[in-house]
Amino acid sequence: MSANLSAIFYLISGVLFILALRGLSSPETSRQGNFFGILGMTIAITVTFLSIGNLSSGLIYVLIFLLIGGLIGSFIAYKIPMTAMPELVAGFHSLVGLSAVLVAVSAFLNPEAFNLGSPGSIKLASLIEMSIGAAVGAITFSGSIIAFLKLQGIMSGSPITFRGQHLFNALLLISIVVLTYLLCSTQSSDFFWMMLVVSFLIGFLLIIPIGGADMPVVISMLNSYSGWAAAGIGFTLENSALIITGALVGSSGAILSYIMCKGMNRSFFNVILGGFGASEQSSSSGDKEHRPVKSGNAEDAAFLMKNASSVIIVPGYGMAVAQAQHALREMVDTLKKNDIKVTYAIHPVAGRMPGHMNVLLAEANVPYDEVFELEEINNDFANADVAFVIGANDVTNPAAKNDPQSPIYGMPVLDVEKCKSVLFVKRSLSAGYAGIDNDLFYKENTLMLFADAKKMTEEITKNL
Amino acid sequence: MEIDPFIFRLSIFILSIFIGYYVVWSVTPSLHTPLMSVTNAISSVIIVGAIIAGLAGNFDNSFTISNILGLLAISLAAVNIFGGFLVTQRMLQMYKKKKKDK
Repeated sequence: MSANLSAIFYLISGVLFILALRGLSSPETSRQGNFFGILGMTIAITVTFLSIGNLSSGLIYVLIFLLIGGLIGSFIAYKIPMTAMPELVAGFHSLVGLSAVLVAVSAFLNPEAFNLGSPGSIKLASLIEMSIGAAVGAITFSGSIIAFLKLQGIMSGSPITFRGQHLFNALLLISIVVLTYLLCSTQSSDFFWMMLVVSFLIGFLLIIPIGGADMPVVISMLNSYSGWAAAGIGFTLENSALIITGALVGSSGAILSYIMCKGMNRSFFNVILGGFGASEQSSSSGDKEHRPVKSGNAEDAAFLMKNASSVIIVPGYGMAVAQAQHALREMVDTLKKNDIKVTYAIHPVAGRMPGHMNVLLAEANVPYDEVFELEEINNDFANADVAFVIGANDVTNPAAKNDPQSPIYGMPVLDVEKCKSVLFVKRSLSAGYAGIDNDLFYKENTLMLFADAKKMTEEITKNL
Repeated sequence: MEIDPFIFRLSIFILSIFIGYYVVWSVTPSLHTPLMSVTNAISSVIIVGAIIAGLAGNFDNSFTISNILGLLAISLAAVNIFGGFLVTQRMLQMYKKKKKDK
């Protein structure tokens, strides 16, 4: 296949990838979008095989490795529970990062295969592009591994910080640039390896100071990085499908990071520099006094909801942890049978990744037109009888609106306190991840339900 | 004077960033998780580079390190491609079911 013809096919698969993302603008068109994505990928892979005129005996090995990966991927995709989505995505990002590194390294070792010159005299532009792809890929890889370990609970979700961390990271970043420069001027592979090692290290160091609840930003950011890494490799390979995809994924991740940061009213750098959870906890624990709290049981909650005419459900990470989404849906079904109007309110940063709560509710068969975003539903709280907060905390804290001293001041929150009564399912009175007390717990019209989210929801259903 | 082909690739890149910007803003927030899994799947089109690396040279003699790295990258990217698209499909299927229920 001629180079021009394959370039046109790569362009077509790039366009199909754009359509794949475009499809996600509504649930109705989304499956068609996914189909476009698969088609684009099939075209890209087929064209690559066809454009390598001389399919040597290596073809069989390529197919075997493709098959092994495909089987593992399919197996994971079918087995993974929806609550583990954040871990899965973090894990997948690390694979994109690592394959970018591997491709860059093999292009560095065997530049002839990619028409980039010969070892020791690789074209300057290719060398720079390849270095960027490899460095960003390595950062994506090690960063995603840390994110994965934190989400999986293997590594503590609390931020790990040390003195001079930012200075150290800055020096490492500068050294990547210096090493790339040295690599380009000397063509010595030593610098290439050193640059790779430093990049792996920096990805690791960038993510360890970031706390568990900032994971939505981290995952989006790593998503973005994986895109830029792909684009870097795309320039090296002169492949438009890769360049288009890299740019799409890169900007997609960047936009998601922006949305997540805005949901927390924090700047991107504030999140990335990390250590939020740890520093705030110490300042707030001092003035914590024992205030009276009204706590109730499932019967009380069932009574309140039975007498309500509208209920708004506010899910949070706690619901995911307790896997309470199905129990919740059953409770809602019972409520609906009693002619009670039920809607769901979702804060942009609820959960551990963008859209986390929506997927869980979708899994539990909650119709998506009952699920609303913060801006859509916030005015409805004033007219609702009961707010049922399940596993959420900081995103309902009124301190964000009326306490300029609060670390979360200015963050958009759900106006849960405007409801006639608030039910809070929570395991204990402990502060949320931001380490701040929630005034809502002590309000006259708040009833605390101290229990595991799933058990409590099931009991309420029994009592309805 | 001839324009360096790099400039053309750069143009594609810059324009694609803008396309990405507008397309992603139009994605409904409830589909942000599928968005992440599908972007993950499509960024694995990097497999194109892995295949070239895996097939480089002729295998008459033996594998080079470059070949082996390429083959490994093929597997990693394949995990992502299959896993990413299938898990997205699985998620979107759930959003679809609801419509029928209604």
